[in-house]
Parts: sequence; C-alpha cells; structure tokens
Amino acid sequence: MVDGWTCPLPLRDYAKVTIGHGGGGQLTDELIRHLFLPAFGDAAVDATPTDSAVVAMAGHRLAFTTDSYVVRPLFFPGGNIGELAVNGTVNDLAMAGAQPLALSTAFVLEEGLELDVLGRVATAMGEAAVRAGARLVTGDTKVVDAGQADGMYITTAGIGLVPADVDVRPERAAPGDTIILSGPVGLHGTAVLSVREGLEFGTELRSDCAPLNGLVQSMLATDGDIHLLRDLTRGGLAAALCEIAETAGFGIRFDESDVAVPPEVRAACGFLGLDPIHVANEGKLVAILPADDADTVLEAMHAHELGADAVVIGAVTDEHPGVVVARTALGAHRIVDRPLGEQLPRIC
Amino acid sequence: MKYLSEFADPVLAQRLLDEISATVTRHWAIMEVCGGQTHSIIRNGIDQLLADEVELIHGPGCPVCVTPVELIDRGLRIAAMPDVIFCSFGDMVRVPGSAGDLFAVRAAGGDVRVVYSPLDAVAVAEENPSKEVVFFAVGFETTAPANAMAVHQAHERGLTNFSVLVSHGGGPPAIEAIVTSPESRVDAFLAAGHVCTVMGTRQYEAIVTEHRVPIIVTGFEPLDVLDGIRRAVRQLEAGRAEVENAYARAVRRDGNEVAKGMLADVFEPTDRQWRGIGPIPASGWRLTSRYRSYDAEIRFGVGDLAVEESGLCRSGDVLQGIIKPSECEAFGTACTPRHPLGATMVSTEGACAAYFQYRRLGDEVVPGG
Repeated sequence: MVDGWTCPLPLRDYAKVTIGHGGGGQLTDELIRHLFLPAFGDAAVDATPTDSAVVAMAGHRLAFTTDSYVVRPLFFPGGNIGELAVNGTVNDLAMAGAQPLALSTAFVLEEGLELDVLGRVATAMGEAAVRAGARLVTGDTKVVDAGQADGMYITTAGIGLVPADVDVRPERAAPGDTIILSGPVGLHGTAVLSVREGLEFGTELRSDCAPLNGLVQSMLATDGDIHLLRDLTRGGLAAALCEIAETAGFGIRFDESDVAVPPEVRAACGFLGLDPIHVANEGKLVAILPADDADTVLEAMHAHELGADAVVIGAVTDEHPGVVVARTALGAHRIVDRPLGEQLPRIC
Repeated sequence: MKYLSEFADPVLAQRLLDEISATVTRHWAIMEVCGGQTHSIIRNGIDQLLADEVELIHGPGCPVCVTPVELIDRGLRIAAMPDVIFCSFGDMVRVPGSAGDLFAVRAAGGDVRVVYSPLDAVAVAEENPSKEVVFFAVGFETTAPANAMAVHQAHERGLTNFSVLVSHGGGPPAIEAIVTSPESRVDAFLAAGHVCTVMGTRQYEAIVTEHRVPIIVTGFEPLDVLDGIRRAVRQLEAGRAEVENAYARAVRRDGNEVAKGMLADVFEPTDRQWRGIGPIPASGWRLTSRYRSYDAEIRFGVGDLAVEESGLCRSGDVLQGIIKPSECEAFGTACTPRHPLGATMVSTEGACAAYFQYRRLGDEVVPGG
C-alpha cells in the first residue's frame, strides 16, 4: 500500500480484508469503487469496473481482461481449476463480443504439489484453449511455501478482437429490451460446494464450466442487435442482473418460473439454505436485446449445444431504476438483491 | 427431491388462496412462528396474495435473530483467543455483536470455521488436540438434538478440548409468552414444522386448551404455508381452537423419542433472554450437570459479559406483531442488513431483513398479484 494512503470514502465495516471482499457482491464492488479506483488515481481515469475493457488500437478494438482462480478443490465434477481459468477469461472476452485470441497463464504453486496434478491441470488448460480457438502465449511460475495457495492459484489474462460491426456494452441496454437466459442455473456453485463439503445429493452435480465464445459468435452472426452480454459467475443470475440494472440505470423484471433450476441444484440449495439465483455458474450468460430480435437470436442459441435451453426470462424497464424485481412462481413480486459477500448457509 | 418445486405449484396455490378467501368473513391475525416460514412468505409474496382480512404477523422463530447480543459478544471474545478454533454454522458468522462479527475476528487472525454439522466440530477437536475447539450451538429444537449428540460424542470419546457456546431455546414457552402478553393481537399460530418433527404436536395441547388459540403445525414450502393459513382460518371462523397437524408427512404427535431422549440427557430447561423480547422463563436450555464441563461460557470465563442494545430498535415490537418492519423509524435508514440495530435485521430469516431484501421500495415497485 502507498505510504500515507487514506481511504477517500472509508470502508466502514471492516479494517481488514475479509473473505466477503472476494465474493463478487457488494463488498467487492465497494473495494473497487472506494479503494482501487481512487488509489489508482489518474491511471484509472477511464476505467469502469467491468470484467473486460475494450481499447481501440491501430484501427481495431481489442478486448482485454484478467482473472485469478483460487478454487478449492482443484478438481470438481465437470471441471478443474485449469479449465476454469481458461474458460473464465475466454468468457469475459466473449461478453464484450470479442473472439479470444491469446491468453497468458501465471501459476502460484504450493511447495509439495504433485507434478502429476499440475500436469493434468495444464493439459486441461491446453484443451480448453483449443476448444475456444485461443492460444496460450506467455506465462509465469512462482512457488510459495507449503501450506499456502491451496495447491495452486492460477491467473490468466486474455486479449480478443471485437469485430467492427459488434457493439456490446452495458450502456446499450434500454427500456423495452428483452432478457434471454442461456440455460439452467446454479450448477457450478453447487457442484463445487458438494465436493468441498463432502455433501452428497443423490444425483451427481456437475459444473457447467464451458467456453461461451462459440455461442456468442452464433448469436452475433444473426441479424439481432445484441445490446449487452453478461456471463453469470459468482453471485449468479441475481448478481448479474443487479449489476446490469445499476450500471444501465434502468430497472429489470424477470419471471422466476422461467428460470430453469435443475432438481438436484434445487435440492442442494434447499439443503444448504442457498438461493439458486445467487449460486455461481461458469457456462451461462444473459443477453439483452430489442424484443423484436429475440426470436432470431433464440433460434441461433437453440442450435448451439450451450444455448439449447435458452429462454426469455424478462425485460428491461424504465420503472424502479437500478432495481431488479422478480415475479414469484405464485404470481407475487419481490426485489432481488445482490448478496453482500459470500452466501452463507442457513441454520434451519 | 422433486417435491420441493411441486410444493410451489401455482395452480394448487391459487386453489388454497381461493378457499381462504371463500372461508374468511372478518379480520384475523395469524403469526407464523418460524423464521423459515417468514422467509418463504416474503420471498414468494404469499402475504400479497392473501385475502385482505388475513394478516400475517412474523414471530420470533429465527434462532439467529433471538440470540442475545451479549452471547454473540461472548462468542467473538472466545473466537479471538489464541489456540481456539471457533466453529459455527454459516448464519452466525456475519451476525454482528456490539463490535464486529466473526468475519472480522477471522480477518484479524482468529481461527473461525464454518461447519455444516456440530459433529464436524467434534472431528476438528479430535484432529487438533493442542487446540480448544468451540462450537456455537445456536438453534431451536430442530438443531438441538445434533448439538446434543456432538456433546455426547465428545464425552464418549473423552475429548477434553471440545466445548459448546449454547444458545438453544424452545418454542412453547415463547408462544405462551406471546399469547399472555397484554399487547398481543395474535388469533392463531402457525407452529414450526421442523421443530415438531423432534418435539411432536403434543407439546402445544396445553396452550391450546388453556388459551383457546388454534396452533397449526406447518411446513415451509409455499403450499405448506398456505395450507396452514387455510386451516387456521377454518378453525377461527368455526370458533374452534385445536392443535392441527398440517405437516403430517414429517410430524407425529409424539415427535422423535430418540432425539428427545438425547436432548433430555444433555440439556435441561433454564430461563433465557430472547433478543428483542426479553427474558422468558424456562424457554432456554443449558447443559445438564453431567455435561456442564463442556460449557464454553464457564470454560473461558465469559459469562459475565453484558451489553446494551440500541434504543432505536423496535425489533421486540416486530417480533410480537405490534408493528410491521417497515413501520419502524430506523428501518432501511439507520438499520440495514449491513448495519443491523437489532435482532430481526440480522439473519435472512429475520422479518426486518426479509422486508428489506424483498420489499424495501414499497408498493410502487411491487404491484399486487
């Protein structure tokens, strides 16, 4: 930290970093807005707190993003940390409408980690990059003492090219726009939690970890004018919609009964006291686009394996700006909030 | 587990709502005792859909909410001690004491662990013989048997480094305290189904007879709650006052004898403080003399720690159904889930937190039906 640094708008609750600051909820957002951006000063003057930035360069628009992966356990049903590290960065680029070109890979390894484990993770990264059509072009390796880093942490960064006719960004969402969800929610979070905590729910839960750039390409190839794309990661569907509503300054309505929740996810969430719309995903997106374009884009999504279950779930509205409202299965309405930090399992 | 969504079937829900509307002829105030029911009601908007005559009052049934703040402070003090591993259900980790929460203790270097079962905490104690392992035993009769089992097992295994910070309470004395309160407006109760899986429905029979108030043992899914309300309205309209079991798929009259036996072995009734309400005689549990050495309050000498509650907070009035959360002046301003002044804003099952999370913008955002 810079000497003499004082927080311009003090983070009132905690004098130290808590686990919740990394949860992708309100606490993370406060850390970015009230600590990082002011501390970065002029260097971050144009920065907006989005998952990937689009910079103009030599007549092209490049999307640029970075992300760190600290998942425990390293291997979980449906994926592993390496696959996640590649797909996550690929997806952040894809949400800017970009085709991923090149990724960097930086490893922080724990002393004593089995080389076999590292080899399997690295192989998975290579395969994931090939699947996404991206190259792994540079990297870094550090080792820390035994007991740190949960085996390994991986940081990836990526660049991608935004085609000239593509303009996908939060500011384009407009009242009347339709919201499409690409598939059932809650698989990644419940899959990881079930192995982490040794919980079993009868059926095996598998992470939905997948690269979304192919799906996005097929959506952008239609005549539909896609205004905004957002992948659902930490904080789930709820966090994604809340972030869109806050950034765009409009309200969002959606119908809870249109959001598919696999029975095993519902069971796990019921047991753990979690709300499926707050649970992490790694292979789902929402698209916001003019209502008239919805059918065309849905058709393209249904033709892609990762969008086969895509449905319209709601709309952007000029009512209740910045707030997300769900119509419940019973036909009543409620506000949907971002979680504060980590979602905490309830007692009963 | 498919039934979870079947118990939210909108067609069946409408049928129950219609039947309630057709039965009700005057205003009735029904209290759902359990925080899980409150959460289900507010999350699904059941109160928006009910006939106007039926008013739901959100009762004191969230164990996190009614845990006295001094007990949380005692937990924080123990968790911050060196060589202590403090184990807690996830719920309690973010609950603020008078200064900070367990997250802050963890960030400051304390060893605070979230567990899903008290038996996990016993395992932690076995794996860490050089540490003191403390489990924060919070909950009603639903969670208490497992906590009792943990103490029992620690005893069986001769673990001397395990103890529990006990904040257990029981339903019937709390219901009785509300019924006999001069300010109470409650005409009928929806009792907590999970509690009754352990304790049975028989425990409410004396209250019903003595105070002529219907008690419906009710589940937590939207249709369960609606069915409970329907049965309550039917009894009230017919002038009946009975214990009725609307959660028969899980609850029997005598409950679970094995679990009750475990409870009786490990815990005995004691007077306890309910945050927001005050002291209720014989409404809490403490370890029996056989297991008293597992009491963390005694082991760590924190029993005398006392704290003042905020004067602004009216959670007691909310818990007794005297005001709705949004009628409190501090609601959403001085008091939010980030900075709760009192019990009911703390947990996701607290009435104020549920209102804040799902309702804070009022009717203009939330058009009825």
